[in-house]
Amino acid sequence: MRVKLPTPLVDYTHGVREVEAVGETLDGLLHDLDRQYPGIRFRMIDEQDTVRAHIKLFVNGELERSLITPLNARDTIIVVAALSGG
Amino acid sequence: MATTAASKGTVVLVGTRKGLFVLLGDARRQKWRAEGPHFLGQIVHHAVRHPTTGTILVAARAGHLGPTIFRSTDFGKNWKEASSPPAFPKSTGDGYGWSVNHVFWLAPGHASEPGVWYAGTSPHGLFRSNDDGVTWQSVDGFNLHPDRAKWLGGSQEAPPDGATLHSINVDPFDKNHIYVGMSSGGVFESRDAGITWTPLNRGCVAEFLPDPDAAYGHDPHCVRVHPAAKNVVYQQNHCGIYRLERNENRWTRIGDNMPKEIGDIGFPVVLHPRDAKTLWVFPMDGTSVWPRISVEGKPAVYRSRDAGGSWQRLDKGLPAAQAWFTVKRQAMSADQHKSVGIYFGTTGGEMWASFDEGDSWHCLMLHLPHIYSVEASSR
Repeated sequence: MRVKLPTPLVDYTHGVREVEAVGETLDGLLHDLDRQYPGIRFRMIDEQDTVRAHIKLFVNGELERSLITPLNARDTIIVVAALSGG
Repeated sequence: MATTAASKGTVVLVGTRKGLFVLLGDARRQKWRAEGPHFLGQIVHHAVRHPTTGTILVAARAGHLGPTIFRSTDFGKNWKEASSPPAFPKSTGDGYGWSVNHVFWLAPGHASEPGVWYAGTSPHGLFRSNDDGVTWQSVDGFNLHPDRAKWLGGSQEAPPDGATLHSINVDPFDKNHIYVGMSSGGVFESRDAGITWTPLNRGCVAEFLPDPDAAYGHDPHCVRVHPAAKNVVYQQNHCGIYRLERNENRWTRIGDNMPKEIGDIGFPVVLHPRDAKTLWVFPMDGTSVWPRISVEGKPAVYRSRDAGGSWQRLDKGLPAAQAWFTVKRQAMSADQHKSVGIYFGTTGGEMWASFDEGDSWHCLMLHLPHIYSVEASSR
């Protein structure tokens, strides 16, 4: 499925803003992203599997905080780096 | 060895709120050039070059993103991210559910273990790498200690940027003997490579605690163990400058010998690489609401040549007035030259250096971002 990434993460994808990844849940998708782009998951998700404070995950336009959210192959995931100060 | 290394020049790693800068000085420290920024826009709390291997580790996080560690084994030409950065153990429902906000402090291990590094984090956490910074493991003897919560207090005791574990020092004479400082929490030591821990705060004032003789809960700002002399430890604390009397396990307040109008409040303390009785501090205003800037806007470094028995003001070349410097605890460092170079960076982005052990000062660079750390070494 398509995953759109914010600019703070494109160092991991060699500058590409939109990538493909697979997973039956958000957690599975994020692990697949990390397999393809090592290190990217920990910048978004902490060691307690909590989405970091300034990261938001949208599935088909809906904000999701739970990593067990199920996904379908046609879903579009948008990762947003929210405002975080100066 | 120091002479040979120094003949190739000096490297100063400058960690800032917006990236890493590298200042390179020639063999005589007369010509300097700046490289960088590396990791532009990322917050670099600490950047350290291993004295034996030359590996550089950088503790970074971005405003939006979680913390990580970058490493270079070719002097910054190429950087790779740690494959598993410092992270607390996964919660098992017993309440130990912390997550690393940022890596605050990096320290090489003992000289006999060149692949070993330690990292201190916010919130308080201690981590160890055995493979030169590629992977990191929790030091569970500290991180999961049953008294950890008692030692550290709550969020009200934390500095504005978060509670930190810092000042990780491995005893150069015992690889298993580790000192750490915690803000707040105090100084602790382990003699078994991190399995068990003992508070080391006797004699230290903690004006903000109801019990002035509390065993822990203090606020060490910077603790330095001498790299060449046995059992020589100094501390710049929230409440003064101290020397550890190792035979008695008690701190003596050598800041009492500072001029009363200056006081002995500050963040960094720097030790001479060879002379155990010489050290430098950067006093800051700790009166009233604790402005924590140079006293009366007249910045000065103070040096002691007699282990804190007396202090000398060193301000030649520094601004004479209206200069409101704050120098953070990692932002002052010494090189290993025969005439020791002292370097400090300010939160206003100025880099200052002295090549005559503090007698006179030169501005190396202006207009950098807020400086978090300064680490000097020989090339």
